[in-house]
Amino acid sequence: MIGRGATVPGAVGLARPHERAAASISAPAGKALELQGLTKIYGSETVVDRFDTRIQAGEFFSLLGPSGSGKTTTLMMVAGFAAIDAGRLLVDGVDLAAVPPERRGFGMVFQNYAIFPHMDMFENVAFPLRARGMPKALVRERVAAALDLVQLGHLSDRYARQLSGGQQQRVAIARAIVFQPPVVLMDEPLGALDKNLRYDLQVEIKEIQRRLGMTVLYVTHDQEEAMNLSDRVAIMSRGRVEQIGAPRDVYERPANAFTARFLGEANLLPGAVVTSCPGRVAFQLRDGTVLHADDPSTRTAGTEGELFVRPEKLTLHPLADPPRDGVNRLSGTVRRASFLGSVVRYAVETGSGALVTADAPNVAAHHHPELGERVALAWSPADTVILPPDAA
Amino acid sequence: MGRDRTWLLLLPALGLLALLFLGPLAWFLARTLFVETAPAEVPALFVDVLTARSMQVAALTTLWVSVLVTLATLVIGYPIAFYLANRRGWRAALVVFCVIVPYFTSVIVRTYALTVVLGRSGLINELLGASGLVGAPLALLYNIFAIVVGMAYVLLPYMVLTLYATMKAIDPSLLRAGRALGASPLYLFRRVYFPLSVPGVVSGSLIVLILALGFFITPALIGGPGDVTVAMLIERAVEILIDWPSAAVMSVVLLTATLILFAIYARVTDLRRMMGA
Repeated sequence: MIGRGATVPGAVGLARPHERAAASISAPAGKALELQGLTKIYGSETVVDRFDTRIQAGEFFSLLGPSGSGKTTTLMMVAGFAAIDAGRLLVDGVDLAAVPPERRGFGMVFQNYAIFPHMDMFENVAFPLRARGMPKALVRERVAAALDLVQLGHLSDRYARQLSGGQQQRVAIARAIVFQPPVVLMDEPLGALDKNLRYDLQVEIKEIQRRLGMTVLYVTHDQEEAMNLSDRVAIMSRGRVEQIGAPRDVYERPANAFTARFLGEANLLPGAVVTSCPGRVAFQLRDGTVLHADDPSTRTAGTEGELFVRPEKLTLHPLADPPRDGVNRLSGTVRRASFLGSVVRYAVETGSGALVTADAPNVAAHHHPELGERVALAWSPADTVILPPDAA
Repeated sequence: MGRDRTWLLLLPALGLLALLFLGPLAWFLARTLFVETAPAEVPALFVDVLTARSMQVAALTTLWVSVLVTLATLVIGYPIAFYLANRRGWRAALVVFCVIVPYFTSVIVRTYALTVVLGRSGLINELLGASGLVGAPLALLYNIFAIVVGMAYVLLPYMVLTLYATMKAIDPSLLRAGRALGASPLYLFRRVYFPLSVPGVVSGSLIVLILALGFFITPALIGGPGDVTVAMLIERAVEILIDWPSAAVMSVVLLTATLILFAIYARVTDLRRMMGA
């Protein structure tokens, strides 16, 4: 931006409010955030154990995990509200460990909105600017642009008690980005909202993040939310990072049973590696069935482990009409059917007595067996992963 | 189920209030203003009492002392309440103990105890004299200063507890949000914490003001001869001058002032609830 007059003259009247807003906020792109062995210890318990990652400038990075996994503590260390017991926190190479929260310059959004109840929405959004001593005229311009960006420009004179939860959270987002922070931290921002609104706001957050090129560190326990929003997700459990990767990678190629289960329904069948050549592993279940997995790594024959496949990768077939060759196959008896709307989820008892879950899309063309019916299950080795034995 | 009868639980308390407060008050006012005084003389009586110089001086003294006491408790009580609202553990418990315990001690005992501290050869003057800071002992007792110190000491718990309740209700995540968004601790206090504690400041001040207006023991024991409050004037009218009609008029005036303040207090407290505090 070149001073205050940087908005293009004439364009203002034509653009829709939020487009105009993006033009005038035009954040300098986000900055990279580096976590090097970040550790938090409470008493004898290691709450966050050596968190290592480099979040790229403009990246949307989520911390995903059940409660008590250390995701919020990690965020609090980044925000400066929890001391870093070991490790380093770098923004564009500068160590922030000793910098108090108010001087780290991060934007922050909280689960309970944390809208100041004694200020109207304009003053709420203006707060970070006034705290920085910005001149009044510029404050007015920036606040108007930020409120337009979340499409709440018309509510600037309202108080929190006059707004819905979704509106309050949008104001909180405007407040977190109005001062063009290099990194925005979000602590379960949609946790208190109902499902449909949550999805709408996900779309809105993603849109704003992409348009402003913000770096976002996002905490959630909702795996769909994390997958929908993130460029990369870190799955945490009991203080440790289980896996970091793009949503699709962690969903389809989990590193271990925890990640596999946490991201959705997962079939995990115990057994051992029979043979392994580069690209293809043969795996024998306890009942003797041999199945295959596309796996780039080579594994020693005899290694115990679990075969992983997602329920939606499985197709159900009548036993009399088995699928073509070249795929993994199991047969069994349908024990349960749960109607979930877009899919029907079947529990099929296989020869070994293990229950395998298979999702059949709710379309007429698909085979929908009766309870007690014998069926064949088939899926591709490309959808199959061999995991190390579940440590838990 | 039939009608809600839970109000019956209040009967003993209402009975006590009627028997010991409302009854005697009504009887006293009715008797002095309507039986002992001719109805036609009542307005003149009010005018006489209200225009009397002694009453006007006493009213001003009462108001002045009450305002000073309110300010003193606010200035001393705000930091204490802030500490209590933001700390836990044995230190906070100890502070609560120190604030509350005097509350359970007789006001007379506490007021006399102050004479030991404030007197010409009291603790403070001894210390000041020994340190050579002052040549002659300071007049700390039997003046407005002594009254304010004594009353503030007695009324401090009301201020602290009222402020504490308000501060405890301030959402800590607001403070965290403020800091995360770039506010220094001082700026945060000025723009967020203090404004949110104002309802407590208002209610605490009103309650101390209300209680201070009717104070009798402390000003009577450690005030100077010229420091006469309305409550002391009433006592003199009853005990020494045996002028019950004047006492009744002054009581009505004091009671009215108190009730007006109480109405404001109730309104403010209601507002607070509406704000969700």
